[in-house]
Amino acid sequence: MSKKVTFNVSGILIFMKLKANIATSENGFIFNPTTGDSFSSNAIAAEILSYLKLAESEASIKQKILDKYEVEACQLDRDWQEYMLQLKEANLLER
Amino acid sequence: MHFFSDTRKPGLLTVAVSGLNANDNPGPGLSVIRALRDGLKMPLRIIGLAYETLEPAVYLHEQIDKSYRIPYPNAGTDALIDRIKYIDDIEQIDVVIPNFDAELFNFIKIEKDLHALGIHSFLPTHQQLEQRDKVNLKRFGTEYGFKMPEDEILYAEGDLLHASAKLDFPLVVKGRFYEAHIVQNILDGKRVFHKIQASWGLPVIAQKFIRGTEINIAGIGDGKGNALSVVPMRKMYITDKGKAWAGVTIEDENLVKLAKDFAKASQWKGGFELEVMKQENGELFIMEINPRFPAWIYLTVAAGQNQPLALVKMALGQPIEPFDTYFAGKMFVRYAWDNVIDIQDFQKLSAFGEL
Repeated sequence: MSKKVTFNVSGILIFMKLKANIATSENGFIFNPTTGDSFSSNAIAAEILSYLKLAESEASIKQKILDKYEVEACQLDRDWQEYMLQLKEANLLER
Repeated sequence: MHFFSDTRKPGLLTVAVSGLNANDNPGPGLSVIRALRDGLKMPLRIIGLAYETLEPAVYLHEQIDKSYRIPYPNAGTDALIDRIKYIDDIEQIDVVIPNFDAELFNFIKIEKDLHALGIHSFLPTHQQLEQRDKVNLKRFGTEYGFKMPEDEILYAEGDLLHASAKLDFPLVVKGRFYEAHIVQNILDGKRVFHKIQASWGLPVIAQKFIRGTEINIAGIGDGKGNALSVVPMRKMYITDKGKAWAGVTIEDENLVKLAKDFAKASQWKGGFELEVMKQENGELFIMEINPRFPAWIYLTVAAGQNQPLALVKMALGQPIEPFDTYFAGKMFVRYAWDNVIDIQDFQKLSAFGEL
């Protein structure tokens, strides 16, 4: 079954390599132990974070999303960029 | 094993604790007691030392076995030692943990007398107490290379004008022992100056306002330049009195280093708390240094570093290994609780000074 994709994260959120100490939970809760900031994310954003935590490549993650959900590659790229920017602003990615 | 074999009453450790005002500007006493009750693997008798009859923790009988009123600090050390001797005759206290800034001077002064009675403590020196006093904070920072906000010491209302010209608004106006307010203009500043003067006397301190994230660090110094335990906490919910009502332990090696550097520079002995402002660029300003445990000290137990227990061990001369890890992401959320008691309890403490 496919779902429409949006990577919405209430709080802020993306760049590439997630900081090693960032704690995430299956329900989309994100905790940055360095700053004490916490965020909540939707299910797909949480799924992407779980892949990032496993150090999967951008191409591999995108492919998984394309396979699993009903989304165009160009839309995915746009949402990906936005999500990475949010994660960067939230100080969750390695510089 | 947290067991002390050389207590004055065999098999029972008796600890006297002050700072029992578990209100909206809470003292650390209740948290210290909880930490000891959690960590000790032996019978523990807690003696509460109270200044006021309505210090809430006094009435929590599952936490405090017996409470005694003690004289206010301005009554002097003779009155304090007389009262402690009276209490000690009954209780045979092993360790005393004073938890108020304002009482520390006297407790340090009578430390040797207490030791002669068999009462142990682990306190900073008068010199250390003086160095971190708000009046001397900037000088301390300059001497040891810590970033502290610029400040001006105010002895009269008129000094505010000079301070505001130098530091600009908003300003933080603080009492020597407690209380701080952010003021936006000279009228506001004068009002706060008089309010603080009435509560805490002179001088009043005007400090440059620093924008950032409020972080507190709880630590213990061994008196030889080492911080044996350091736990940083970010405030998550701040009351109108600036107190953390909720907070979370965080992992930041710069904060741990700051506390270790402080212990090294001051040779601090005992519990301490650094109140820190972290700016967006990561710069750390020390806003205050408190010469005792903070009210949120129980969080150090949850984080894996039971600081009050470590302090008791050090007071009793037991060696402790420095803690090197703690859990980040441990949170506290404080709450208010209506403890129902009989008026007779209040009457006993009011009339006889004991409960």
